[in-house]
Amino acid sequence: MNRADAPSRHLGILKHSLFWPVTVLIVMLLANVIFTRDFLAIRIEQGHLYGSLIDILLFGAPLILVALGMTMVIATGGVDLSVGATVAISGALACDLIAKGHGLPVAIGAAIGASLLLGLWNGLLVTRLGIQPIIATLILMVAGRGIAQLITGGQIITINNQGYKLIGGGYWLGLPFAIILVAVALVVTVVLTRRTALGLLIESVGGNAQASRLAGIRSSGLIVLAYVFCGLCAGVAGLMISSNTLSADGNNAGLWIELDAILAVVLGGTALTGGRFSLAGTVLGALIIQTLDTTIYTAGIPPRTTLVFSAAVVTIVCLLQSPAFRARFTRKRPERPADPVSTGPKQEVTA
Amino acid sequence: MTTAADVLRRSPVTPNRRHIPVFVTLGLLLLTFSIGSVRYENFGTPQVFLDLFIDNAFLIVVAIGMTFVILTGGIDLSVGSVVALSGMLCAIGTSKLQLPAPLVILFVLLVGTGFGAAMGYMITAFQVQPFITTLAGMFLARGVCLTLSENQISIENGFFDAVALNSLRLPGGNRLSWGAVTALIAVAVAIYVLQWTRLGRNVYAVGGSEQSAMLMGLPAGRTKIQVYAISGFCSALGGVLFALYTLSGDPTHAVGMELDAIAAVVIGGTVLTGGSGYLIGSVLGVLVLGVIKTILSFDGTLSSWWTRIAIGVLLFGFIALQRLIGARRKSRRSAPS
Repeated sequence: MNRADAPSRHLGILKHSLFWPVTVLIVMLLANVIFTRDFLAIRIEQGHLYGSLIDILLFGAPLILVALGMTMVIATGGVDLSVGATVAISGALACDLIAKGHGLPVAIGAAIGASLLLGLWNGLLVTRLGIQPIIATLILMVAGRGIAQLITGGQIITINNQGYKLIGGGYWLGLPFAIILVAVALVVTVVLTRRTALGLLIESVGGNAQASRLAGIRSSGLIVLAYVFCGLCAGVAGLMISSNTLSADGNNAGLWIELDAILAVVLGGTALTGGRFSLAGTVLGALIIQTLDTTIYTAGIPPRTTLVFSAAVVTIVCLLQSPAFRARFTRKRPERPADPVSTGPKQEVTA
Repeated sequence: MTTAADVLRRSPVTPNRRHIPVFVTLGLLLLTFSIGSVRYENFGTPQVFLDLFIDNAFLIVVAIGMTFVILTGGIDLSVGSVVALSGMLCAIGTSKLQLPAPLVILFVLLVGTGFGAAMGYMITAFQVQPFITTLAGMFLARGVCLTLSENQISIENGFFDAVALNSLRLPGGNRLSWGAVTALIAVAVAIYVLQWTRLGRNVYAVGGSEQSAMLMGLPAGRTKIQVYAISGFCSALGGVLFALYTLSGDPTHAVGMELDAIAAVVIGGTVLTGGSGYLIGSVLGVLVLGVIKTILSFDGTLSSWWTRIAIGVLLFGFIALQRLIGARRKSRRSAPS
């Protein structure tokens, strides 16, 4: 990560917005090495890469993808609670069409198209009707799982299609295809937001939608774009999840993934109030969540206590990032500005 | 915005534009209930109506707490998990440790209140967003549930049996469970607190504009902690009622109940940005959800997923209605100038 641009003073590193997420991730990985010696080892079997690190990336792929879309939405000052429902609908639609004998392109095209439409619906509710994002997307969150079950008829659809299997469980060039997919999505997003003005415009809309509009930025168009992108990410994640198991479960596919995704974004240092966002932070956040899951399994902690550890890690990271909390313990400059993002060193933003 | 000042000046009974969503919810409740009565035999009886309270007593109590939180502009995602945790504690306390039931219930209520207050403290003192704090609370409470036991624990306790199996006899051969009676008392107390006490006025003021409330010298931070403590208390009480209703504690109980509670509050006309809404609306919202579930169970041919779709459509309708009222009010205000 961009640790290199951190100032040389120790305090500067401490204040960098990605310092605590990176530290937590490293600590967790090192803790794993204590429990399992060859945790960090990556080996090649039958031309495929294997290892715990690859597993973390593979199992975390849908979450990273969803969190990527969520970052864009949160950057505009919104939130998308409906991604879990979109994941379920996309997977259900694709599996249903394949089960009915349609080809792979039709199934994937329909699933992606549906996800884009759902994102568009959210975006229009937020911009045209002016509904608060958390409520606008709550509608689809509640109704969406019903729709997914309607598609699957309340059953779990299982299919047998090796081409479909590639998306979430297959290998390409020795790497799991899902990881490649996520990497491509990440690179495209980074290029679009950091090498064009798009990222800056989105941050300005999230910072102050009214002021951006007065400055001549089409904020409503950008907000709709963010929700459509989020829908797309969720749709692809839905394909990955259903392809990994070659089945579609309208009830449980992507259950609570919206909470994990929001958590990943927040752990990565993007404020829920909108404005500045950090894609690197989001990826780190998602990896922290996935590593935590893996750690709990490899450390032999009973899986039923997983949630207690999740709660502890969330609380610790959020408190560490809270300026009010840090001020109380460092007692350096109590009147430090309240916004954690603005105190960190400026990140590279290309306009 | 009409907020604290109006609440002070007017008695809440005077009809007013802000009451429209509540009346619409009431109309919707009557409409859905009449549709049920026309379509199905034995639906339009007083007992079916009372069953709405009996079957949803815990949700009513949870929705009360959620209303307080949402009125301040916050949100509490932990309620479902706290309900489950309270049920577990009731079951373990009475049936495994053989402690007297009233003592266990008192302990459970204290735990819930403390849990909520701790979340409120984290939100106000460290400025962590309510969404994230209560999400962590949701993980923690559910995790503790699973740590305590992975399986259902049935409650075998004289007090719980007596309360659960007996009910209040009403004229006409109808009955109302003691759980429902408790819920109704909680509603009455909550309405009193919200409309006629200093705390209630602070809640509306903080929700209307936290900054203005603080500049007026109102204790915004303390109010927010109190509100989350109230929500924690209501979730714990809801958990006790749920334990009475099912006579068991189960770590997987009440998964997703926070969504039902939020939906009920929104359908009841409370605005999620805070500062506007009435508690009675949330109760009506719970009853509307209850009627939909009752209709589905009477019908038998409709699949359960239609409940979710129906709730989604209702949510959309009510939010659109709120926007409509809000937009009309805004244009009316700006027109004369």
